Amino acid sequence: MKVKVLYFASVREKLGKDAEEIELPAGVATIAGLRSHLRARGGAWADALGDSKLLRMAVNQDMAKNSAAIKAGDEVAFFPPVTGG
Amino acid sequence: MKISVQREEFDLSREVKALSGNPKIGAVASFIGQVRDVAMTLEHYPGMTEKALAAIVEQAKSRWQLIDCTVIHRFGELKPTDPIVLVVVASAHRGDAFAACEFLMDYLKTQAPFWKKEQTPDGARWVEAKAADDQAAERWK
Repeated sequence: MKVKVLYFASVREKLGKDAEEIELPAGVATIAGLRSHLRARGGAWADALGDSKLLRMAVNQDMAKNSAAIKAGDEVAFFPPVTGG
Repeated sequence: MKISVQREEFDLSREVKALSGNPKIGAVASFIGQVRDVAMTLEHYPGMTEKALAAIVEQAKSRWQLIDCTVIHRFGELKPTDPIVLVVVASAHRGDAFAACEFLMDYLKTQAPFWKKEQTPDGARWVEAKAADDQAAERWK
């Protein structure tokens, strides 16, 4: 199952990547699972996606919790707490 | 209702005039947020930004009697004193207009996917989210 993953702001800079398509391993069906899968890349990945206080997530352009389900074709985004306005 | 995410500057008087000419409008409240002290670059999440702003406006409409509403948020390079965000709310009476305007700003600051990167004398740095902004949004619950 493939999902599109986007990274914004400081998360994008730490990872050196703004978007990618990821083939999820069997059994990964939530944001938490996807995060663990990405953190396993080590280095900046473990760091940028590790601290929940400094990370926000969205599924299909709606804010989402760690426990949110993801399915094939979804757009998942990782970014820091927002600072607009 | 108008929602716009744009690079260009906006004009308050033009946006107020552009509100629906509904004769039931008796109050128009507006807020402009602008860049303080240092130049910055504003990044956003195209698609989600518009969706999040529309959802925030819907929440405001469900809580107050709003006749019309405009939300404009800029992105890109901005310098000190440049306007960043505009909220205009029209209602029959001032109570709804004032409250909805403040609610829209509080929610926008915690829900809309924008990020500020300041150009300080020591180099560029991402602005950190403030606990006070979360508390401001929390009080409407």
